Amino acid sequence: MKGEGDDGMAYLVLDQLTKRFGNWTAVDHASLTVEKGELISLLGPSGCGKTTTLQMIAGFLDADGGRVTLDGKDLLAKKPNERGLGIVFQSYALFPHMTAAENVAFGLEMRKINRADRERMVADALKLVGLEQYGDRHPRRMSGGQQQRVALARALVIKPSLLLLDEPLSNLDAKMREEMQIELRRIQRTVGTTMILVTHDQSEAMALSDRVVVMNKGRIQQVATPQDAYDRPANAFVANFLGRTNLLPGMVGAGAGGGTVITVADSVWPVAQEVPAGPGALAVRPEKIGFVDAGGLSGTVLARVFQGTQWLFEIETAAGRLMVIRQHDGSPLPAERERVMVGWRPQDMAVMPADPDTASGVREAA
Amino acid sequence: MNRNGPIALIFHCLFLGFLLAPILIVCAVAFTSQGYLSLPTEGLSLRWFRAIGDNPEFIRAFKDSLLLGAVSSTLAILVAVPAALAIARHQFFGREAIQALFLSPLMVPHIVLGIAFLRFFTMIGLGGTFAGLVLSHVIIILPFALRLILAASTGMDRAVENAAASLGASSWTCFRRVTLPLILPGVASGWVLAFINSFDEVTMTVFIASPETTTLPVRLFLYIQDNIDPLVAAVSAVLIFLTVAAMLVLDRVYGLERLLVGKGRD
Amino acid sequence: MAASTETQVSGAQASAPPPPRRRRRWPLAPYLLSAPGLALCAVLLLVPLVMTFLLSLNSFSFYGGIQNVWQLGNYADIIADDYFHEVFLRTFRIAALVTLLCAVFGAPEAYILRRMKSPWRGLCLLIVLGPLLISVVSRTLGWALLFGSTGLVNQGLMGLGLIATPIEFMYTETGVVIALTHVLVPFMVLSVWASLQRLDPQVENAALSLGAGPLTVMRRVVLPQIVPGILSGSIIVFALAASAFATPAIIGGRRLKVAATLAYDEFLNTLNWPLGATVAVLLLIANIVIIVGCNRLVERRYKQVFE
Repeated sequence: MKGEGDDGMAYLVLDQLTKRFGNWTAVDHASLTVEKGELISLLGPSGCGKTTTLQMIAGFLDADGGRVTLDGKDLLAKKPNERGLGIVFQSYALFPHMTAAENVAFGLEMRKINRADRERMVADALKLVGLEQYGDRHPRRMSGGQQQRVALARALVIKPSLLLLDEPLSNLDAKMREEMQIELRRIQRTVGTTMILVTHDQSEAMALSDRVVVMNKGRIQQVATPQDAYDRPANAFVANFLGRTNLLPGMVGAGAGGGTVITVADSVWPVAQEVPAGPGALAVRPEKIGFVDAGGLSGTVLARVFQGTQWLFEIETAAGRLMVIRQHDGSPLPAERERVMVGWRPQDMAVMPADPDTASGVREAA
Repeated sequence: MNRNGPIALIFHCLFLGFLLAPILIVCAVAFTSQGYLSLPTEGLSLRWFRAIGDNPEFIRAFKDSLLLGAVSSTLAILVAVPAALAIARHQFFGREAIQALFLSPLMVPHIVLGIAFLRFFTMIGLGGTFAGLVLSHVIIILPFALRLILAASTGMDRAVENAAASLGASSWTCFRRVTLPLILPGVASGWVLAFINSFDEVTMTVFIASPETTTLPVRLFLYIQDNIDPLVAAVSAVLIFLTVAAMLVLDRVYGLERLLVGKGRD
Repeated sequence: MAASTETQVSGAQASAPPPPRRRRRWPLAPYLLSAPGLALCAVLLLVPLVMTFLLSLNSFSFYGGIQNVWQLGNYADIIADDYFHEVFLRTFRIAALVTLLCAVFGAPEAYILRRMKSPWRGLCLLIVLGPLLISVVSRTLGWALLFGSTGLVNQGLMGLGLIATPIEFMYTETGVVIALTHVLVPFMVLSVWASLQRLDPQVENAALSLGAGPLTVMRRVVLPQIVPGILSGSIIVFALAASAFATPAIIGGRRLKVAATLAYDEFLNTLNWPLGATVAVLLLIANIVIIVGCNRLVERRYKQVFE
C-alpha cells in the first residue's frame, strides 16, 4: 500500500523494504513515502515489524530486500555513522560516563565543530528541551523525563535530516508521558525536523502524528491521518487496533435501489465505499450505535453496566454480540433482557471485504 | 528475617578460625626473635624480616614475579578485550567453541601445563627464559581476564554504542570514547585478578623456571622442600600482607564477591 | 552496483522487490578480533598438550635417554605396576575425602554467611574468600608450622588431655587432607553462595508459615535448591584436589606421593620424561572426564529447576 504517492514532495521513501529472520519475515515489502517536516508514527502491536523497520533505516540491521532513499540518496549503502540521522532510543542510551552537556556535544565533536560553536549549540539544545540548568549532571543523577530530554537534545543538536524515535515515552509514568507528548509536539513545530516515531500506544500515535502507519505481522495495513484511520479503517485489524470496535459479518451485493449494500442479519446498510460483492464485514464504533425504532439490527440486551459518564451495553444479535456505549444523560435506556433494535448512520461505519487473513488478526487483537 | 542460631554462630567461628589459623601462624612465627621456629613468646622481633635483605635471591625472585605478573596480565588483557568484544557483540560460527577454548586452561591441571610447557619450550629454545614464563602465564590467566571483561561487555547496553554510531562516531572512536570507558572497571579488575593469579602460580612455574629466572612462590617452594625456618615464614608474611592490602583495595573498588563469583551482569 | 543504476531500476520494478542492496558488513570481524587469542591458545595450549601426548608414547632408558619410538609401554607399565596403583588410588582417596569435607563444612558456612547482617557479612565473606588470593605456598607453610611435632595443634590437643603422644600429621594423608581442605573450601563456599543468591528468602518464610519446622525447611526447601551449587562446587574441588601439587609436595613430602608429585619426580629427578608425561596425560584425561561428565549430569538433572 503506497502512501500519498510520488507527488514530488517525497523526502524519505521506503520501497518494498524487507527483513527476514530465518523463516520469519519481520518486515514484508514495506513501502512508504514521508514528506519533509512530517511527523509520522509506525504503530502496531509488538512483533509487527515497526522497530525492525526503524533499525533498518538507522542502519543497525541490514535489509534483505528493498530500498530506502532520503532526499533522493540511497540510505542503505551508507554506514550507520555516515547516515546523519538523529535517534532517540527506548532506553535513551545516554553515555553514562559523560555529563548531559558532554552527551549533547558528542555528535558535534564527531563533526569537528570548533569549541566555541559547540558550546553555543549545546547550550541552545539544552535550552530547547528545558534543561539549561542541568548541563553538568551525569545521566544517573537525572530523572527518567530529564534523561529523555537529554537524549532528544543530543539527537537534535546535530541537525539530523531525519529524527527516529523508538518508543521514546514508554519508560515514563503516565503523567510524565502526557507532558512529554506536548513537549515533543512543541519541539517538532519549533525545529521542523522530519520525525518517525515508533510506538505501540495508539493514543500516543494519534496525539502526536501527522499520519499514522499501522503495521501488523510485518505488513503495512494502512497509512492515513489519525482521524481517517480511526473513522475509516482500511481493514478489520486497523479497526480493532485503533480503539474498540464492533465487527459484524455480512454479505455485500447490489441493493434494490441500484447502489451497493451490505446485509447484516435482518438489516441492510448502504455502502459508499467500493467493496467487491461477496462476503464482507462491517465495522462500527460502540459510541456510534444508538437504539432505533425501525430499520436496524434487532437483538436482546445481555448486560448493561454503568460506567459513570456512560452506559455500556452488550447486545446479542443474529450477527453476533456487539458493544454499545450510550451517554448517561437521563434519556430512557433499555433494561437487561429487553428486545431492542440498534442502528447507526451509514457514514459512521466502514465496510471491508472478509479477508480470512485479517479476520484471524481481528480475533488476536480483540 | 531468619537469624543464625547459637550453634550456627559457633560453627561459623570455628570455620573462620580454621581458615585463619595457618595464615596467622605464619605471620606470628615471622616475628620470632629466636633462631628457630617458634612463636614470638620472648618478644617481637623484626630480625627475620631484615634477614630477607641478606638473601638477594628472594629479592630478585620478588622483582621477577612482579615484572612477570605485570607483563603477562597486560598481554592477557590485550588479547582478552577484543576476544570478549567479539564474543559479546557478534553471533558467528564457532562462537561457543572459541569461548570454550579461551576458558579451557581452567580445565587443564597446572601440573599438566607445566610438563607440556617444559617439553615445548625446551624444543623451541625458550626453556628457562623470561619470555617462556610470560607466554605460559598469559595462557593460564587469560580465562580470568576474559571472564571479567566478558561480563562487563555483555552487561553493557548495546544501544549506547548504536547511539554513538548514529551521532557519527567511527568504530574506533566508538570503542575509544564509549565502549572502553564503560568496560574499564571490568578490564581493570580483570588485570588485577590476572596479576594475582600469575603472581601466586607455583605448580606450573616450578617446571619452567630456571635458577636464573624464577618467581617468588617457586623460590619459596623449593626452599621449604629442603628446610623450614623463620626466614620463609617472614617471606610468606610479607606476601600475605601485600595480598591482603591488594585485596582490600580491590574489595573497595570492585567488590571481592563480584570479582570471584563473576556476577558482573547484574 | 552503482547507485545510479539502482535509481533507474526502482521505477520499473514496482511489483517485484528490488535485489537486496546492503551496506557491506564484514563477517570476518569477530574472527579478527579473537584471532590473537586463538593463535595464542592454538600454539601455546594445543601444540604443547599434543606434544606431551606424543612424548608419553616414547620410551626411556636410563642410559640412552628418550627413545623416539611410538608405543603404549608407559601406559602398560602404569596399569601393571602396584606402586602406580597405590599412588593413583591415594590421589583419588584424598580428593574424595577433601571434596566431602569441603561440602560438609563449606555449604553450611555459605548458608550461615547469607543469613548474616550487612557489615558482618561483607567482612566474613572477605575472610572466607580472601585466602583464595593468598599464595598456596604460604598457606601450606602455615599448616606445616601447625602440624610439626612441636606444632600448635599437637600442643593444644595434648594440653587438653585429648592425646598423650603427638599425632603424626606431617607426611600423612590426614595432614594432606586437612591442608587441602583449607586450600579448596573457599571454592565450595563460592559455588554454594552463587546458588543461594537465586534463592528467594521469602520461600523459607512461606514454608515456616505453612507449619514446617526449621529442620524441615532446611531439608525440604533450602537443601534441594542449593544441591546444584554443592555439586558444581564438588566438581571444582575434586578436580583441583586430584591434581594438586604444592600442598601434597610440602605436607606429604617424598614419602607420600600423589599423581602430581609423582609426575614431578619423574620429570625433574628421575628424568624419565615419557613416564612423567604418561602420568600427566592420565591426570588430564581423568580431569576432563570428571569435569565434563559431571557437568553434563548436573545440568541434565537440574535443568528443569533452574531457568
